[in-house]
Amino acid sequence: MSHDHHHDHDHEHSELTETQLRVRALETVLTEKGYVDPAALDVLIETYEKKVGPRNGARVVAKAWADPAYRARLLKDGTPAIGEVGYAGRQGEHIVVVENTPQRHNMVVCTLCSCYPWPVLGLPPVWYKSAPYRSRAVSDPRGVLKDFGVTLPQDTEIRVWDSTAEIRYLVLPMRPAGTEGWSEEKLAALVTRDSMIGTGLAKRPEDLT
Amino acid sequence: MNGGQDLGGMDGFGPVVPEPNEPPFHAAWERRAFALTLAMAMPGGWNLDMSRFARENRPPHDYLSMSYYQIWLAGLDVLMKERGLVAEDEIAAGHSLHPPKPVKRILSAADVAQTLHRGGPTERETNTQAAFKAGDTVRAKSMHPLGHTRLPRYVRGHVGTIEAVRGCHVFPDSNAAGLGENPQWLYTVRFDGRDLWGADGDPTLTVSVDAWEPYLEKA
Repeated sequence: MSHDHHHDHDHEHSELTETQLRVRALETVLTEKGYVDPAALDVLIETYEKKVGPRNGARVVAKAWADPAYRARLLKDGTPAIGEVGYAGRQGEHIVVVENTPQRHNMVVCTLCSCYPWPVLGLPPVWYKSAPYRSRAVSDPRGVLKDFGVTLPQDTEIRVWDSTAEIRYLVLPMRPAGTEGWSEEKLAALVTRDSMIGTGLAKRPEDLT
Repeated sequence: MNGGQDLGGMDGFGPVVPEPNEPPFHAAWERRAFALTLAMAMPGGWNLDMSRFARENRPPHDYLSMSYYQIWLAGLDVLMKERGLVAEDEIAAGHSLHPPKPVKRILSAADVAQTLHRGGPTERETNTQAAFKAGDTVRAKSMHPLGHTRLPRYVRGHVGTIEAVRGCHVFPDSNAAGLGENPQWLYTVRFDGRDLWGADGDPTLTVSVDAWEPYLEKA
């Protein structure tokens, strides 16, 4: 789906007209009543559209790959270690980092709603919030991984974390082979959003164009 | 409540369909609905657990046929109307028709960054002792409250192992009902995939939930 404005307008003027009009009316009413500051809405949107996203998490992962002492701190107590890199706050007040190994693959879900570590990954993608993922991640994670084109060895332990409370989980993916001596910046380019949810793996050096 | 939100283990929804290069929002109204929902919590005075309940407390066929931000909007609608902050005739007219309710604070543009950075930590000081420790065997209770709860159906009645003690946290079942934070010890409880899904389940699978002490009993 494209992200350009033309597309948005097409969308609005077709099946979503009613919702679009209602949201517009609601914003006007709430502004007139003095409950919301439209400029605050703009800042909220800009924050999650432009500033907070999976690049944050990728920096954390790359640092953990490059710096064994940081990796140890991150796995011991995720929230302050992530705070060192400058990320904290809403929907990331209590972050636990879980590490993938050749023996064990971690995957994160919220079967009850859409809990997701916003400060490091941004807002969750539609599939993460959707019924197909929320229903099957806990019962058939290998089937879900197949939907993402990922197949793991039959003897790899699959560990699924259902975020039913305010603990937020971030997967530390395995560092790809052939990246010895890489800078954190270069390593971060290998870290995908899905690899930090557990529905994907980090890119290999040969995947970089 | 045993509602449409409690999806773990259901069948028939089809494959997960990832969207390449997915944008954070798919329509202009989603941006505004998202921001309105975040901003209204301050003047509205409701908490996160009340928001979650307002979203899930609807017929399952409605919940499952609405888009994510449509559910957010519907939840916001309930929360505002419960408190008399807005009326349907105003939304229909597109203008305020009644005097506003006095509110303590609103979110200003200048406060957004600090408010987001502060977040809403849920861990609380306590002088109680945790009933369980890592390694203990526990059973997720069979319980079916009509209000908000965070114990998914697919683990109820099953035996698991305490993997970690996460501290004492605001208890959603109380907080959503306006009965106060009532902090309770929170645990990560791990279940064997075959205990949950039967002999045909993936033998390499373990699943955990985060469960407050009132959800658990000794096994």
